Amino acid sequence: MKALAVENLEKGFGGVQAVDGISFSVEEGETVGIIGPNGAGKTTVFNLITGFYRPDRGNILFYGKNIAYLPPHRLPRLGIARTFQNLRLFGKMTVFENILSAMLVQGRYNLFSAIFRWTDYFVTESKAEEKARKLIEFFNLSGKEDQSADSLPYGEQRRLELARALALEPKVLLVDEPGAGMNPIEIQGLVQTMKEVKKQFLLTVVIIEHQMGLVMNISDKIVVMDFGEKIAEGTPDQVKKDRKVIEAYLGEEPL
Amino acid sequence: MEDVNYLFQQCINGLQLGAVYALIALGYTMVYGVLRLINFAHGDIFMLGAFIAYYLISKFNIPIYLVFAITMVCTAAAGYIIEKVAYKPLRNAPRISLLITAVGVSLFLEYFLSLKFLFTANYIGFPRPFEVEVYDLSLFTITNIQLIIFAVTAVSLFFLYLLVYRTKYGKAMRAVSYDQEAAALMGINIDATISLTFIVGAALAGVGGILYSIAYPQINVFMGIMPGIKSFIAAVLGGIGIIHGAVLGGFVIGVSEVFVSGFLSSTFRDGVIFIILFLVLLLKPSGIFGKRIEKV
Amino acid sequence: MKFFWEARKVILPAVLVYLVLKAIFGFHLVSGYIEQITLFSFIVILTSLGLNVIYGYTGQFSLGHAAFYGIGAYISAYLSKSLGVESILGFIPVLFLSGVSAGLVGCLIGVPILKLRDDFLAIATLGFGTLVRVILDNSDRFSEILGGSRGFVGIPRITNLELAFFVTVFLILVTRNIIFSRYGLFWRCVKNDELASQAIGINTSRMKLMAFSYGCFLAGIGGALYAHLYTFLHPSNFDILKSIDFLIIVIVGGMGSIVGTIYAGLIWVGFIEGLRIALPADMLDLRWVFIPLFLIGLMMWRPYGLIRKGG
Repeated sequence: MKALAVENLEKGFGGVQAVDGISFSVEEGETVGIIGPNGAGKTTVFNLITGFYRPDRGNILFYGKNIAYLPPHRLPRLGIARTFQNLRLFGKMTVFENILSAMLVQGRYNLFSAIFRWTDYFVTESKAEEKARKLIEFFNLSGKEDQSADSLPYGEQRRLELARALALEPKVLLVDEPGAGMNPIEIQGLVQTMKEVKKQFLLTVVIIEHQMGLVMNISDKIVVMDFGEKIAEGTPDQVKKDRKVIEAYLGEEPL
Repeated sequence: MEDVNYLFQQCINGLQLGAVYALIALGYTMVYGVLRLINFAHGDIFMLGAFIAYYLISKFNIPIYLVFAITMVCTAAAGYIIEKVAYKPLRNAPRISLLITAVGVSLFLEYFLSLKFLFTANYIGFPRPFEVEVYDLSLFTITNIQLIIFAVTAVSLFFLYLLVYRTKYGKAMRAVSYDQEAAALMGINIDATISLTFIVGAALAGVGGILYSIAYPQINVFMGIMPGIKSFIAAVLGGIGIIHGAVLGGFVIGVSEVFVSGFLSSTFRDGVIFIILFLVLLLKPSGIFGKRIEKV
Repeated sequence: MKFFWEARKVILPAVLVYLVLKAIFGFHLVSGYIEQITLFSFIVILTSLGLNVIYGYTGQFSLGHAAFYGIGAYISAYLSKSLGVESILGFIPVLFLSGVSAGLVGCLIGVPILKLRDDFLAIATLGFGTLVRVILDNSDRFSEILGGSRGFVGIPRITNLELAFFVTVFLILVTRNIIFSRYGLFWRCVKNDELASQAIGINTSRMKLMAFSYGCFLAGIGGALYAHLYTFLHPSNFDILKSIDFLIIVIVGGMGSIVGTIYAGLIWVGFIEGLRIALPADMLDLRWVFIPLFLIGLMMWRPYGLIRKGG
């Protein structure tokens, strides 16, 4: 079963063709890494999938349903969650509120229940709070519930963003450079967390990453992009040997 | 024929008003360019220009070109001081704080200057520095006031053009408004450039204040509010941060306002200008000359 | 429905405050003027709370709040005058309708302008405020009794202690319940980061519109109470200076703090009216020399709140 399929996706900004007819698919339960040099168009692909950009052409199928032209806020309800390359937390809100807000997006009470405190308000709130606490525990953030998000150290902010995305209970998780700004030891921890997350939440994961160690370690399949196009696709081992990939990366990073 | 004459006449009157709006709008657009701030106090600088000119003419009776020169120096100084005292301490604050400060500065200038021992809150007749002459050009009439307004505006625009596009200071201004951080890395003195922008904008507003008072010879400490807001709308209409946009926007707003007064009713003219604003913001928020930017 | 049970900690002190006020007013311990400004301070709190929802909680900067206050005032006055309403019971539907109308107008203009951010939103709301002022100034062209620039006279005096106090307390509780629900949480998310809010599935334009309309609704209720307290309306009561008043109260009280807004509203009305008593008439102009300086000072040292450290 294909969880996600991108078909001939195109997006240009002014004269620059950021994504130029790219296609790939992600099987349910698979982890797919997207790599490529800076400016290859990886984040643009993410922004297209998550609705932040409208594609010029092409389709994005989520379990067969075309989601290419939906506004971004519709996607979490369908089961797609994402994180951002440069962390986007609700900085002035607490750790708990960051997660609770994501939990309550699917909440089932309306404005009048909120105003007059009808029963479904209490039921929904207490359920969400309980789940939020579990998630906080899973991500080792216990005891920090009431700290504001921007007071956390960088690594914990990364974890919090991941936790918030998982609070949406997604089927597909898109992670944009989770290892950015981390040292090798932190990366090790992150690999561990990602593997646990996948097992625990039965996820399909698409990950953009520069840290080759990380991406090669956790991906089942790798898509390599350069200048908005897909230049290679395959298992980590196949991709490492690919001529085009080596050319694209030559002088940048040894694989 | 009557109607055609009336139409032409209204156009000329509109361009006269538009010239003043253009001069004020330039200050808004340039300051917005470098600081991303709607400098609400800019309309009050315009008012200050009118009052300084009033005192120079009525108390000292000096030649008109000196009135222009001294007024420009004074308003430029005022613009410089306002930026240094009120805006500079907030350079790293959220934009809304800066905006609220600008509103505060504007209110302060208005109410402080309206105190009894200063300008008072009354309307004051502005002395005509020369006799009004009307020239009949068959299709429409034009006054020497209008000619002077057009001439002074044209000269001001010419010098502004030279400054912005032909000097290194202008280059610095354009660089800062394009990307402040990058400009700083290139060794451009950001503070000096921002100061210069305020000085130039305020000097132009001073000129605008004199021209406006010559054309509509009633001055008051609150006279800057509406022309200020309308000029800002002109700047938005032309594309905020774009110099020729501000000039075009000023003329469009001026002509529209005069047309509404002339063909509809003067009580609705302020309303119509804001309807123009809403239309611009809805249809093309980046203005006539602005480019659309998509950003995540 | 546990509305009253949940709010018991607020309702009990509120009833106590009411009884004390009732006694003070009943035995004429204070002048009618003090009585009037006490009621006025409730109205100011309610209206400022509306702006706090819009700006303090949701981060949508508005310089046109007084326009919605004015819309509520004029609509209620028009309704009660043309329908001949004179009693509190008859007035309550009028009050509600005026609030809803202000909220609806807020919703209608919110759809286009809430796409704008920060300073552009400021100029658009300022523009709307001016537009309303122009319409009110010319309102006698539409209907003679609105009075245009001469002012709207002869509105029945209906607002009394009970009405002003309990409507305010009730709406504060309603606001509190919304704030401490998913909607309040989403408003704060929108204020913190719009893109992140969308990424977790919040319909940001709907949330902004909801907060804006609700804030305008509160302003409309405030305006309706105001009209029937002072019995006279003039377009100049609803201009930008009035909007600045509400803005100062929100900032002094603390952005995103209900309690702060209550204190700040009381202090502000007390301060302004106190100056009216303390200062000789010709020095009154000085108020608006110092208020802007105070505002600038706030921006430099406590931009999010003085009484409560809002964020």
